Amino acid sequence: MFAYDRRELIAVFAGGALGAVFRAGLAELAAPDPARWPWPTFTANIVGAFLLGYFTTRLLERLPLSSYRRPMLGTGLCGGLTTFSTMQVETLRMLEHHHYGLAIGYTVVSITAGLAAVYLATALVRRVRVRR
Amino acid sequence: MNIVLWAGVAAVGGVGSVLRFMVDRAVASRMARSFPFGTLTVNITGAVLLGLISGLSLSYHVALLAGTALVGSYTTFSTWMLETQRLSEERQVWPAAANIIVSVVLGVAAAMLGQWIAGRL
Repeated sequence: MFAYDRRELIAVFAGGALGAVFRAGLAELAAPDPARWPWPTFTANIVGAFLLGYFTTRLLERLPLSSYRRPMLGTGLCGGLTTFSTMQVETLRMLEHHHYGLAIGYTVVSITAGLAAVYLATALVRRVRVRR
Repeated sequence: MNIVLWAGVAAVGGVGSVLRFMVDRAVASRMARSFPFGTLTVNITGAVLLGLISGLSLSYHVALLAGTALVGSYTTFSTWMLETQRLSEERQVWPAAANIIVSVVLGVAAAMLGQWIAGRL
């Protein structure tokens, strides 16, 4: 097995705890309904993808290397805020209730917006660097 | 939600993230570097688990802690998107496309499998 850095694990735990609380708080705002667009999950996922693109690019390409910022902000916070499993179960519920268009739309728009968010955040960080 | 439940969500969500970190590293270190197998493993196993949890008739609090907090934090959308975008940036167009298609197809199938298991319990 691996030798884990205990402080790294604590950083992941702390970020993940915060991300999960934000996501659970968003989920409280709307009851799950397979006939409607799942705004809480969608919002958490797209915001989290943007933040991960931002943090990863900034921490890897701009700031001096730190051992704990990336596990805390990237792996912990963004990983905990966003979720794949909930998105898949929501899609399955839509399919089961014959909302095929919604299921396809939700999947396609989530992926498109998620990739665009990462791309945008990355470009933003890199553009600032080029100017200096 | 009261304060104890929120604290529970935070603690369980933190554990889910640590589990993801460990599984991702264990898988990624054994597989080819050219494809993000670690995140794929986490996301597909998590989709089975959440399908299972949502297929059981659990109380609101248990479902919140086990489903939303634990499995929700264990899986990740942001890393999946970041890794796909970085693959396409490196002109690894086929691995990037495969990462999307395989995740979506296996993801829904995994949630169905979990739900099927829940129905047999």
